[in-house]
Amino acid sequence: MQKFTVLDGLVVPLDRANVDTDAIIPKQFLKSIKRAGFGPNLFDEWRYLDHGEPGMDPATRKPNPEFVLNFPRYKGASVLLARDNFGCGSSREHAPWALEDYGIRAIIAPSFADIFYNNCFKNGILPIVLDAAAVDRLFRECEASVGYQLKVDLDKQTVTTPGGEVLAFEVDGGRKHRLLNGLDDIGLTLLQADKIKAYEERRKQEAPWLFSGSQQ
Amino acid sequence: MSGQTLFKKLWDAHVVHVEPDGTTLLYIDRHLVHEVTSPQAFEGLKLAHRKPRRIDAAVAVPDHNVPTTDRSQGIADPVSRLQVETLDANCAEFGITEFGMNDIRQGIVHVIGPEEGLTLPGMTVVCGDSHTSTHGAFGALAFGIGTSEVEHVLATQCLWQKPSKTMLVKVEGTLGKGVTAKDIALAVIGEIGTAGGTGYAIEFGGSAIRALTMEGRMTLCNMAIEAGARAGMVAVDQTTIDYVKGRPYAPTGDAWDKAVAWWNTLHSDADARFDRVVELDAAKIEPQVTWGTSPEMVTTIGGRVPNPADAPNEVKRHDWTRALEYMGLTAGTPIDEIPVDKVFIGSCTNSRIEDLREAAAVAKGCKVAANVKLAMVVPGSGLVKQQAEAEGLDKIFVEAGFEWREPGCSMCLAMNADRLEPGERCASTSNRNFEGRQGQGGRTHLVSPAMAAAAACAGHFVDVRKA
Repeated sequence: MQKFTVLDGLVVPLDRANVDTDAIIPKQFLKSIKRAGFGPNLFDEWRYLDHGEPGMDPATRKPNPEFVLNFPRYKGASVLLARDNFGCGSSREHAPWALEDYGIRAIIAPSFADIFYNNCFKNGILPIVLDAAAVDRLFRECEASVGYQLKVDLDKQTVTTPGGEVLAFEVDGGRKHRLLNGLDDIGLTLLQADKIKAYEERRKQEAPWLFSGSQQ
Repeated sequence: MSGQTLFKKLWDAHVVHVEPDGTTLLYIDRHLVHEVTSPQAFEGLKLAHRKPRRIDAAVAVPDHNVPTTDRSQGIADPVSRLQVETLDANCAEFGITEFGMNDIRQGIVHVIGPEEGLTLPGMTVVCGDSHTSTHGAFGALAFGIGTSEVEHVLATQCLWQKPSKTMLVKVEGTLGKGVTAKDIALAVIGEIGTAGGTGYAIEFGGSAIRALTMEGRMTLCNMAIEAGARAGMVAVDQTTIDYVKGRPYAPTGDAWDKAVAWWNTLHSDADARFDRVVELDAAKIEPQVTWGTSPEMVTTIGGRVPNPADAPNEVKRHDWTRALEYMGLTAGTPIDEIPVDKVFIGSCTNSRIEDLREAAAVAKGCKVAANVKLAMVVPGSGLVKQQAEAEGLDKIFVEAGFEWREPGCSMCLAMNADRLEPGERCASTSNRNFEGRQGQGGRTHLVSPAMAAAAACAGHFVDVRKA
């Protein structure tokens, strides 16, 4: 997993609440058995005027000029500014994969759906919760100023605006540590192998039916 | 000290290790696997030269990509076919039990888990699918996970979690005739919103919930995620135990007795405290119909399409305006005057035998209206299909003009060939009315199975209590 330390990135504002993972990456692209390559189909139904299917060459597609990601001023954005309940719906990790593949490394919103929020941390993306008033202010500043950038510092847990305003955010200690260092969850969990084994031994006595298996 | 919630009892029974900040390594009893969210997890295992820790805890089934028409020729779409074949190959390589596409036990993962007794009270159940909340109906802690966590569970049989906040949704009283668990679910979402349950595990309680069958409880817990809650749950009672008894993977003999003794403790104590309590009067719940592009955009069959000018705030006004535009609806239109092009009865929300019985009771003796291009019934599993056919439900549907299909996720998310065309309007028993969910440009209205069948026969939404 990619580390996340400090990001100084161009911001793209997506002014809609309840953006669901079906919108982030439509179902037809979920048929892939790979983890990479979802970026060209991020927000596919909003981003293109033609219907997208897996395997299409993005160069032959018709971009929707009214969709914010297609505005030339937001090309190369790595910070996504969003509204409430971003990432609701399906648990598909293809959503953060598509965002990451496109180049988004941080998402700022007043709230996130739980499963999506969790999936971001597994993929080197930092989801940042700021209060609705602060997010509103960032939307206004971003829309008013071409080339608007935000500096995100995970270690300090701050977002700094071009005007020098510093906004603090919360992040769980364990997730922060893993993201700062790009650590593999499974490797860390396996350090607890003895405890897992001990739990299983105890549980086999208490609730043996849980170990009778799916093999019949 | 106050008593414990059901959530706390389930949580405590699965704690392996706790970090100083409260992050907990939680043991997972049952891992359900399907073809869409698992290939990258198996690939990750292989790349790291890891093996699944407990193949006996995992069960796999293809459901999202499978055709609901004749399967003798396999899957036509090569991309879908490869995904299903990849699941077959991974299960064979690692020794994981799979109910393949032509197995009578194949079906939607959230239907077959309970049907086979793979989902049991007191378990932690996970699956790379947000509707895993369904299994909480059994007094289990069940939630959806992403693919990285699918790999993590395969490798370690555990997950890192922080305890959720707890919410009690209490529904007291008796449901009116023609009002179902689906209507409770939509009414709850209408009340608390699609983000109302974010950060919470929801327990559904009260006399109206205790009166529900297991099928109804599954419908309700299934939709907990549409209220933002990863997990929904219902306390164990005799209804639960009667449903589980005799299922293929349920315990037997002494193990059964021991299990039941524990299961009977799986309820919130009378003095348990919840972080939030929401109360609804069952008698006041009416048949629900969504009008927008989020499950919280819902009203009753007697209602009208709302006016964005009446929205509670600026953000919602914007969302409502956009939703009406997408849905092709005009503010003020009575819901029962909205015509439908297609009808879909199925999905992990509403494809169980009771759902099909409810729909068939309405469809009996009627004919699908001329303006309805397609009305389809997709049973949740091969065994549900078999049961329905034994009861003659298939004949009722076919005589009324419905198509009777093979089991799978089908048009709930349209990953297979079943989908809406742009602009088509559908009465659907599924769980999400998001833009494009049932096909690009498709317009979804969520309803109960009885309401969907009634809409098919009338050609527009209609109050099933008067149909």
